[in-house]
Amino acid sequence: MTVLGSRILAGLFGVALAPLAELRAGEIPFAELRSGSELMSPDTRAMQDADSANPGMLWVIEGEALWNAKAGAANLACADCHGAAELAMRGVAARHPAFDAKRNQAVNLAGSIEWCRVERQKAPALTAEGPEALALEAYVARQSRGLSIASTDAALRPLIESGRELYLRRQGQLDLSCAHCHTENWGRKLAGLALSQGHPNGYPLYRLEWQSFGSLERRLRNCLTGMRAEPYPAGASEYLALEAYLKWRAHGMPMESPAVRP
Amino acid sequence: MRRAAALAGALLLAAAPARAESVAPYAIVGDAIPMPLAGAKGDAKRGQAIVGDRQVGLCLLCHPGPFANERAQGTIGPDLRGAGARWSEGQLRLRLVDSQKVNPETIMPPFHRTQGLSRVAGAFRGRPILDAQQIEDAVTYLQTLTD
Ligand code: HEC
Ligand code: HEC
Repeated sequence: MTVLGSRILAGLFGVALAPLAELRAGEIPFAELRSGSELMSPDTRAMQDADSANPGMLWVIEGEALWNAKAGAANLACADCHGAAELAMRGVAARHPAFDAKRNQAVNLAGSIEWCRVERQKAPALTAEGPEALALEAYVARQSRGLSIASTDAALRPLIESGRELYLRRQGQLDLSCAHCHTENWGRKLAGLALSQGHPNGYPLYRLEWQSFGSLERRLRNCLTGMRAEPYPAGASEYLALEAYLKWRAHGMPMESPAVRP
Repeated sequence: MRRAAALAGALLLAAAPARAESVAPYAIVGDAIPMPLAGAKGDAKRGQAIVGDRQVGLCLLCHPGPFANERAQGTIGPDLRGAGARWSEGQLRLRLVDSQKVNPETIMPPFHRTQGLSRVAGAFRGRPILDAQQIEDAVTYLQTLTD
C-alpha cells in the first residue's frame, strides 16, 4: 500500500482504534501524521524504496544470517525456536515497546532480542548498538515493513505518559523541548533541512549523515546534543519512555525499517 | 574608526575577565532592556560575524537573513532583514537576552541566561550562549538591518 493510502486508512480508522484516546489532546491529529520519508528528496526516497539501492539491506542480510546461526550454550538459532522470521516476526517491531508480563517491565525490540539471546540461547548479550545487535534488529524490524504501528497496550500507559513529559520538557543550554521542533515547527527548515514530525517508524535505519546504520536511541542522542543537553546514559530508561511515547504518538503509521534518512 | 572600536572592545575584554562565565545584570523596561549589558559598546562588524556563524550565534539555524548561504538557512523564525526597523535597540536586546520574557512559549533560545535551565551539557554548563559583549555586538549589527 502507498504511504498515502495507509495514511488515509489511519485517518479514517485511527480515531476509532486509538488507544488512550483521551490523552491525545495537543497531539498532531492522526490525519496529519507525516513520516519523515515524506519530507525527503525524491532521490533519498527512491533509495529507501528499492532494496537494491537501500544500504540498510546490508544489515538486514547480515541479520538473516544471525537469525539462522546457532549460538550460546543452548546451541540454538533464533530460527530453531521461532521458525521462519517472515511469519514469526511479522508485526513484532510494530508493537514494541511492549509490556513483558513475565518480567513485569516494558521492553523495546532490542531488549526483547537480548532477552532471547541471554535466557534462551544462553549466549552472552550482544554489545548494545553493536553491528550484530543492529543487524538482528534490522532483520526482525524488516518483517514489519508496511505494517501499521500498533501501540495498544494499556500496561504501557505510565511509560507513555512519562515519555510525553520528557518530550514536552525544555532541556539544554538552548532551552528547547522536542515539541518545539517536531510538533510545532515540522515542515519548516532548521539550517536548510526540513524538520520532520519526529516519528520512530523507520528505525533502525540508514542515515546518510552518519554514513551508517543506527538506532532510534542514537537519533535521540543527536537531538539532545543539538539542544546542548546532556544525553541520557546509554540504555537509560528515558530512551525507552521516549520510544514508547513516540510509538504511541505514531499509532497507525506504517513501519519503514530499514528506512533511509538524510 | 573601526580600529578604535576594536581597541575599545579589547580594553573592555581586559577590564572584565569574568565576562565569558557570567551573566550581566540588566533591567527590563516595558518590552526592552534600554541599557547596554555591562556598559559594553557593540561593534556591527563583529556582530555580523556572530549572527552569521551557525556555531556561535546559531541565528541562521532558525532565521533567514542577508547572508550568502541562503539555502542552508532556517525558516522557523522571521527574516532578520528589517529587524532594525521593526524594533528599537532595547527591544532587540531583550529578545536576544531572553526571548521567553516576551513570549513564554518561544522556541528562540535565551542567549544570555544560565538560570532555570535543565540538564545542560557539560561543556556549556554555567555559561550563557552569548556573553555580554557578543550580545551588544549582535544588537548593534541587527540595528543596521533596516530594510
Ligand atoms: C533543535 C531542533 C530539535 C529538537 C529540539 C529535537 N530534534 Fe529531533 N530532529 C531534529 C532534526 C534536525 C532531525 C533530522 C531531520 C528530521 O527527521 O526531522 C531530527 C530527527 C528526529 C527523529 C527521526 C525522525 C525520522 O524520520 O528519522 C526523531 C524520532 C526525533 N528527532 C525525536 C526527537 C525527540 C524525542 C526530541 C527531544 C528529546 C527531539 N527530537 C528534539 C531536530 C530536533
Ligand atoms: C531555535 C530557533 C531560533 C534561534 C536559534 C534564533 N531565533 Fe530569533 N526568533 C525565533 C522565532 C520563532 C522568533 C519569532 C518570535 C517568537 O516566536 O518568539 C524569533 C524572533 C526574533 C527577533 C524578533 C522578530 C523580528 O521581527 O525579527 C529577532 C530580532 C531575532 N529573533 C533575532 C535572532 C538572533 C540575532 C539570533 C541569534 C543570536 C536568533 N534570533 C536565534 C527563533 C529563533
